[in-house]
Amino acid sequence: MVILFKTKPSILACGSVAGPEERKSVFYSYFDAVVEDERWNQKTNEQGQAKMIQEACEIIMNKANLKNLDIDFFLSGDLVNQMTPTNFAARELASSFIGMFSACATSISSLIVASLLTELSASEYAIAGASSHHNATERQFRYPINYGGQKPATAQWTVTAAGYALIGKHNPSLPSIVAGTVGKVIDYGEVNPFHMGGAMAPAAFDTITAHLKGRNQKISDYDLIMTGDLGKIGLKILKAMFAQTGAQQNELDVFRDAGAEFYGEDEAYLAGASGAGCSAAVYYSYIEQQMKSGRYKRVLLCATGALLSPLSFQQGETIPCTAHAIEITME
Amino acid sequence: MDQQQYQQIEDQITPPTPYVKNVLKAFLIGGLVCTIGHAFTYFYIIFFNFTETTVGNPTAATMVFIAALLTGLGIYRKIAQVAGAGTAVPVTGFSNAVVSAAIEGKTEGFVLGVGSNMFKMAGSVILFGVASAFFVALIKLILVTMGVVEW
Repeated sequence: MVILFKTKPSILACGSVAGPEERKSVFYSYFDAVVEDERWNQKTNEQGQAKMIQEACEIIMNKANLKNLDIDFFLSGDLVNQMTPTNFAARELASSFIGMFSACATSISSLIVASLLTELSASEYAIAGASSHHNATERQFRYPINYGGQKPATAQWTVTAAGYALIGKHNPSLPSIVAGTVGKVIDYGEVNPFHMGGAMAPAAFDTITAHLKGRNQKISDYDLIMTGDLGKIGLKILKAMFAQTGAQQNELDVFRDAGAEFYGEDEAYLAGASGAGCSAAVYYSYIEQQMKSGRYKRVLLCATGALLSPLSFQQGETIPCTAHAIEITME
Repeated sequence: MDQQQYQQIEDQITPPTPYVKNVLKAFLIGGLVCTIGHAFTYFYIIFFNFTETTVGNPTAATMVFIAALLTGLGIYRKIAQVAGAGTAVPVTGFSNAVVSAAIEGKTEGFVLGVGSNMFKMAGSVILFGVASAFFVALIKLILVTMGVVEW
């Protein structure tokens, strides 16, 4: 389902914050802030994550010269149960708030809703984005942090990062949102929670294909199509899917993945990065800056999310996945 | 593209689990862990007043302590990523499972956090370990009673 934004809401400012491990990221220099303490000097991981979200929002408000009360809507989510870090950050922000969950695709689903609210003139300034915290997420979805479990080559590393964007009325000198596609939930029967790329690639394929079809575009109409956190193996699978439907090598080169590139070639991170904060922190720092500099004129951001829980996986359920896409242009 | 076609693409691209390599690494590192354990056995027998039957306890305690320390320092999981079963199967793996879960629960307090989480991972090892020990002992008892083997 492709949505066209006739008023072309713009990304007015971005804020990205990352944890100490993310110094190793190739996107490190694009982040607004990197914190030394992984708990942001709080008592718990979850409080630290809330602090990280607040900090990203404060960076945005400082950049745009706004105060808390100027923000009409805050649309955000994370991966912790009931999204308490986001809810607690929203308590401090004191804006109208909708918690959004599309797992790691929340960076884009929140952006779509913010763009819709702006399009409706219901919002003058809306902050959209997502975050994830390695320790808080791992302990919930997998094992205790220091448990010695051997991870396969397909496993990914949940990042500690938050990325947020301020959405407002169209400004021709800023990256603007022209269309978005709300993805379906796709399940191709993957059961291995250590192979998220394999589970999510079909969802990305479905959403990107739907967007191109709905917009009557080709892959080559884009300077870049960037998925969220398919990882190195997931990205290869996605490219193979497009190759099978007739895409040429030069078209496949348009595809990149935030998770696959996040930690560069460091093998300690296996198939790459993941987490709601992975795509959010890359899109709302690196991509925004690259578009502003004019390197990219038209990009499609397609964040992918695996909609599983530890319970669903233990009960033998397959992993349903989703992907949401947004088309951003720079005039 | 249907599920079957997709499965083919996925299987082609996904690197296969290197079972032979993993087994070899587990064998070597697991063997090294046990050799260190054995060194402690000799140490306690030679320098302290332990016999071959009583030396098991201080040896296990020492190995558990070292594993707990390495877990707390965040080193154990790094070794385990290479070693796999080599660090999971010896008693050090049990220590790692208990300690890592306990550390994780610290933010929820001593009762609801550390206490209730500590055996989250190791609980099933205890349950099935005790249960299988019972059945093995039962089988042996029957065999001894029948005169097939001696104690």
